Amino acid sequence: MSGSDVAGAGPAPAVTTDADVLRGEIRDRSAVVVDARRPEDYKRSHIPTAVNLPLADLLSDDGPDRVAGIAGSLGIGDETRVVVYDDSFGALASRIAWTLEYIGHADVTLLDTTYAQWRSMGMETDDAAPPVTPREHSAAPEPGILATHEYLEKAVADRGDDVVLVDNRERLNFLEQHIPGAVSLPYRTLAGPDRILRGREDMRRLLANRGIGDGSEIITYCGSVGTLSGLAYYAMKSAGLSNIRLYVRSFKEWKSLQKPTATQADANYWDLSAE
Amino acid sequence: MSQTPRASKHDSASTSAPAPGQKPRLESARPEERKPRENWARRSEADHFADTVKLYRQGRYDADSFRRFRLQHGAYGTRMTGDYAMVRIKIPAGVAYPHQLEAISRLSEQFSIGSAHISTRENIQLHWVVLEDVSEIFRGLARVGLTSREACGNTVRNVMCSPLAGVCPSEPFDSTPYAVAVARFFLRNPLCQNLPRKFKFNFTCCEEHGMARMVDVGLIPQTRMIPDVDGSGQREQREQRGFKVFLGGGLGNRSFVGHQLEEFTPEDDLLYTSIATIRIFDRLGDRKNMARNRMRYLVDEMGWEKFQSLILMERSIVRATQSVVTRLKPDFAPMEIRRPLRISDESGPGAAAPDGYSRWLVTNTIRQKQDPYHTVFVTLEAGDITAGQLNSLAELVRKYSCEGVARIGFVQNVALRFVHSDDLAPLYAGLLGAGLAKSGALTMAAPIGCSGTTSCNLALTNSHRLAKEIQRKFLELGLDKDPDLADSTIKISGCPNSCGQHGIATIGFFGGGARVGKDMYANYQMLLGGRSDGLTMLGQTCTRVPAKRVIPVILRIIEVFRANRRPGDTLKSWIHRVVSDAEDSGVSSIKDIKAELQPLLAPPAKDDDPDFYLDYGSDTSYHTKTGKGECAA
Repeated sequence: MSGSDVAGAGPAPAVTTDADVLRGEIRDRSAVVVDARRPEDYKRSHIPTAVNLPLADLLSDDGPDRVAGIAGSLGIGDETRVVVYDDSFGALASRIAWTLEYIGHADVTLLDTTYAQWRSMGMETDDAAPPVTPREHSAAPEPGILATHEYLEKAVADRGDDVVLVDNRERLNFLEQHIPGAVSLPYRTLAGPDRILRGREDMRRLLANRGIGDGSEIITYCGSVGTLSGLAYYAMKSAGLSNIRLYVRSFKEWKSLQKPTATQADANYWDLSAE
Repeated sequence: MSQTPRASKHDSASTSAPAPGQKPRLESARPEERKPRENWARRSEADHFADTVKLYRQGRYDADSFRRFRLQHGAYGTRMTGDYAMVRIKIPAGVAYPHQLEAISRLSEQFSIGSAHISTRENIQLHWVVLEDVSEIFRGLARVGLTSREACGNTVRNVMCSPLAGVCPSEPFDSTPYAVAVARFFLRNPLCQNLPRKFKFNFTCCEEHGMARMVDVGLIPQTRMIPDVDGSGQREQREQRGFKVFLGGGLGNRSFVGHQLEEFTPEDDLLYTSIATIRIFDRLGDRKNMARNRMRYLVDEMGWEKFQSLILMERSIVRATQSVVTRLKPDFAPMEIRRPLRISDESGPGAAAPDGYSRWLVTNTIRQKQDPYHTVFVTLEAGDITAGQLNSLAELVRKYSCEGVARIGFVQNVALRFVHSDDLAPLYAGLLGAGLAKSGALTMAAPIGCSGTTSCNLALTNSHRLAKEIQRKFLELGLDKDPDLADSTIKISGCPNSCGQHGIATIGFFGGGARVGKDMYANYQMLLGGRSDGLTMLGQTCTRVPAKRVIPVILRIIEVFRANRRPGDTLKSWIHRVVSDAEDSGVSSIKDIKAELQPLLAPPAKDDDPDFYLDYGSDTSYHTKTGKGECAA
């Protein structure tokens, strides 16, 4: 995988799907619903018609060809509308949705609530796997949404202040160690009341306070595999920003490559935690 | 497989736990939510703050002006950085509604470290907040009627009230409505936007509970009988409410005990006295010398009698010149006491109580003047509580406090009041499940520790972690169970400035550094015999104790007490005699105690005990490092 300079523009695409809309789409069979949870959770119950794509399976090899093969086997063709959900505040679903986007799948959104909320609203659930008609899915990688560590380093070196590195881990982890120059936006900040993401205006205001606006190039990262930062990718997108990349290998890779890190020194902040 | 999702009905699995931090939109039946009586918030302040931060970052607002503005809005600076703030949320009179606790929980996860810190002044603090996010916290607070406005800066700080006001068996009446009314009167009041220095009110319930003498204005409720003429012209006696008002006390680099203004201050004079005091302080307080501009220094320099007559004179002017509409407006409507319905299959009073229940019952609960209700104290390690625990606490308040609110306490703790005696065991089980059932809340096993080097620019030591370590050790040794230690206190500050209230502790500590050759170690000054009750006095200096020797030293003092006590003594009464030169055993002075401790105090060679040279919570060599304080900004 390698990155290139691709800055998107234009109107903000919808990144989430409301539960009521999804109910209609299930009724019409107009979308493939993807459940990102573990197989045992899926088997116990899931949203009617949903197919199961546990994130761990996808991550065992997320090369574009394999991902395209998996998508096809789940009945997802190039033009199929896809809605992904999980029970982990949208982070697993985001990583799957981003991976589909990366292989060139345009029409993918996140359910705007978690599965637990879906159930608590009294929505219908099911325990049977639906019949699936396999389809063909092409693999046409979209490098403009990916950041590798090489891309990240070059972007920061070349464009400095115009690139915003966003760290989505919890605040204490950030204070202890982060990529130099990154700003802290813990993943909990991204959620709205009873929704996996804040409202658009809420998110825009929060980002504007930080000086992050339409002109910024954003690279999100988190601890290891790009789940929390995947959610941030969609949060930024939902706020109408278009030039966003996910550093998918995140801080785990950064550290293993022994790249420089920054720390907040001379303070015992961990001792303020009641954990 | 059914094809039609149903939206009208809960399915059988709808009670499963939602994802952390997220609430389901439909919930099982719960008690009706109580509405807060006061809205302390002003939403426009969030936008104003956000705009001002932008101007400051653009260099269009100078640093000093910005700092004053930031503090006025309750955002304090953070250790060694200008990029983070601490947001100090005021809980006036300590009254916190469950949904407010949940909102703070959410904000701590979104913008802070996933834990909140309960202070000694009934504030709830969110630390390590990105400066640019502070306005988002204001916005979230405004939604539930809370504010951090004037929680810092040279203003009237949070107005405190005893967590037992209204339930204390010794109180003449509930001072809570007066505390709330005073808070309401002075918040955003032009009179107190630019005082020489911060200004604090404490209301208590009685002589024993609270700190009326260690604050700018301390108030203890009292009543007296006065002659009255009824409608038919008959002379009768009627009860009049009033306060004992103490002025000019406070803890700090230099601490002073307050003076009682007069024998009886009638309730009608409460506001006039408060305004008069603030006006005198505003006019005569020292605006130049940052280290000596609290009102207690003014009282000290002027002499109490002169200050007292100035206040009384000013009060008569205030009384004569204030408009009749300028009044305190206490809301005397009692909190409705309502015991939520219990679900039938819940274990009732007959069920076996979990382990530790009887210990907890003794050390954490107080029988109220209203039978059969109890007040239950939740002790937190140095005041820290996780976001999840705040949510659990809110749920337990709804379920078990028949007044439906939490009361924040004086010692980094929380009280649930009006808990029915039949509900104590299930409440304990609930607290246990949330990790909130530590015993010893009302004993020496609940030390206070200021935030220290975890976040404060002035701190020299990690007093915060030390308090946690002491609590853990005390509970491990079961010292909370010893009734002779129960009325003693341990309080720790990370520097001489007394946020940890070391001056009024039975055993108090404040942090500093010491060195052996070129190697430094954290070292505390220990004070003995401080107290904040009717016999309020400041602790007396005993000796310096290295951080890693504090716990052995406390345990040794307990041993010495046990060896020398008289029948009926508590550690507090014994130490009181020692520091008052009234003890006649073999250990009869502070010097004698110091001699007993001497073997514990000598620093070991670094090679023999490298841990001695590390402060708590740190694995690198100790050095003192401080930034600029903001208290006086």
